Amino acid sequence: MNTPDSRLARWLLGLAVVVPAWVLIYGHLTQFADAMISLFGLSRETRLGEAVHFFFYDTPKVLLLLTAVVFLMGIIHTFVSPERTRAVLSGRRLGFGNVLAASLGIVTPFCSCSAVPLFIGFLSAGIPLGVTFSFLISAPMVNEVALALLFGMFGWQVAALYLFLGLLVAIVAGMVIGHLKMEPYLEDWVRAIQAGSAVPVDHAGLPWAERFAAGWAHVKEIVGKVWPYILAGIALGAGIHGYVPEDFMASFMGKDVWWAVPAAVLLGVPMYTNAAGVIPIVEALIGKGAALGTVLAFMMSVIALSAPEMIILRKALKPRLIATFAGVVATGILLVGYVFNAVL
Amino acid sequence: MKSVKVLGSGCAKCHATVDLVKQAAADAGVAIELEKVEDMAAIVGYGVMSTPAVVVDGKVVHAGGVPDKAKIAGWLA
Repeated sequence: MNTPDSRLARWLLGLAVVVPAWVLIYGHLTQFADAMISLFGLSRETRLGEAVHFFFYDTPKVLLLLTAVVFLMGIIHTFVSPERTRAVLSGRRLGFGNVLAASLGIVTPFCSCSAVPLFIGFLSAGIPLGVTFSFLISAPMVNEVALALLFGMFGWQVAALYLFLGLLVAIVAGMVIGHLKMEPYLEDWVRAIQAGSAVPVDHAGLPWAERFAAGWAHVKEIVGKVWPYILAGIALGAGIHGYVPEDFMASFMGKDVWWAVPAAVLLGVPMYTNAAGVIPIVEALIGKGAALGTVLAFMMSVIALSAPEMIILRKALKPRLIATFAGVVATGILLVGYVFNAVL
Repeated sequence: MKSVKVLGSGCAKCHATVDLVKQAAADAGVAIELEKVEDMAAIVGYGVMSTPAVVVDGKVVHAGGVPDKAKIAGWLA
């Protein structure tokens, strides 16, 4: 029973059952939430009823979407390793190289704990500093968890806009850093290092059963880690949704408040959480009149400009380069916030 | 005696990898010399870009995640 073919057959059979079930459940989320509040004897006319409905509608929706997207991403990761991305990027110049690096940042497996080896590995393969930064900005900011949640809560337009603007910030910030010629502000040991040649990590011949298994392992790892944040975020969001008066947020997070965007970016820096916890709250705030650009800027700042990641990077970068990095990215996010508020 | 090095800068996954290697060696009854490499320059020197990574007798056999038990047993055999 354990030949590769039989394992693949089991995976395909399992997916043939799970995928239609997923679609069926996803199509009946409102009915489920309605059933839950009548089970509790509540009505959507009341504040509590509305909050409970929000919770029971959003929780399964977000978890379903997240599981599907993370599973797919786990499979994609078996095709793209950091080593492969490095090979693709080496020898690229500023400009096209930045576009390529930011795009690969979406699909390449990345964990902030290996940001430093990755950073040095890229530089030692001859990838320009600016191109490396494009990757380093895009990889955490434009990730599948953020995109899945945005899609689930605001629709594909907002998810697409976030994807596009996130890439734009990563590309432009990388190009700016590249043009500033910051190479002297790498720590000395980084500049002296001779990295070993890339380790051949060969995924090309991996059987599909193992790719599916990798997808599932990714679900267990990511969804297993973020679900408490999502539940907490949705619960808080549900409270805001049911109890905070309409247009309450408009007074200090609305479009007309010019200082709201910079304040949101500053507020985001010391916070370190994943997109999963922030987005349900963001959805509830927007429902109460907060401007989309302001809250998206907040979200980008929380994810892309986190203090712990700066501390990790400090091992390889001198303070001046860290400051430049933070300054350039923050400026980009500010512009995104203002543009969003002006356009929508 | 095989020399096994686990490369990683002290994240949770790196500790998990060290524990798994220890356990696999005990299960197989193989004596190994286990070393944990946390120095960033040394890690990069192996050409590794994603941690945890595992080096057996000077050769990188794994990078980017906690390896599964069957794989570890294979390296120690």
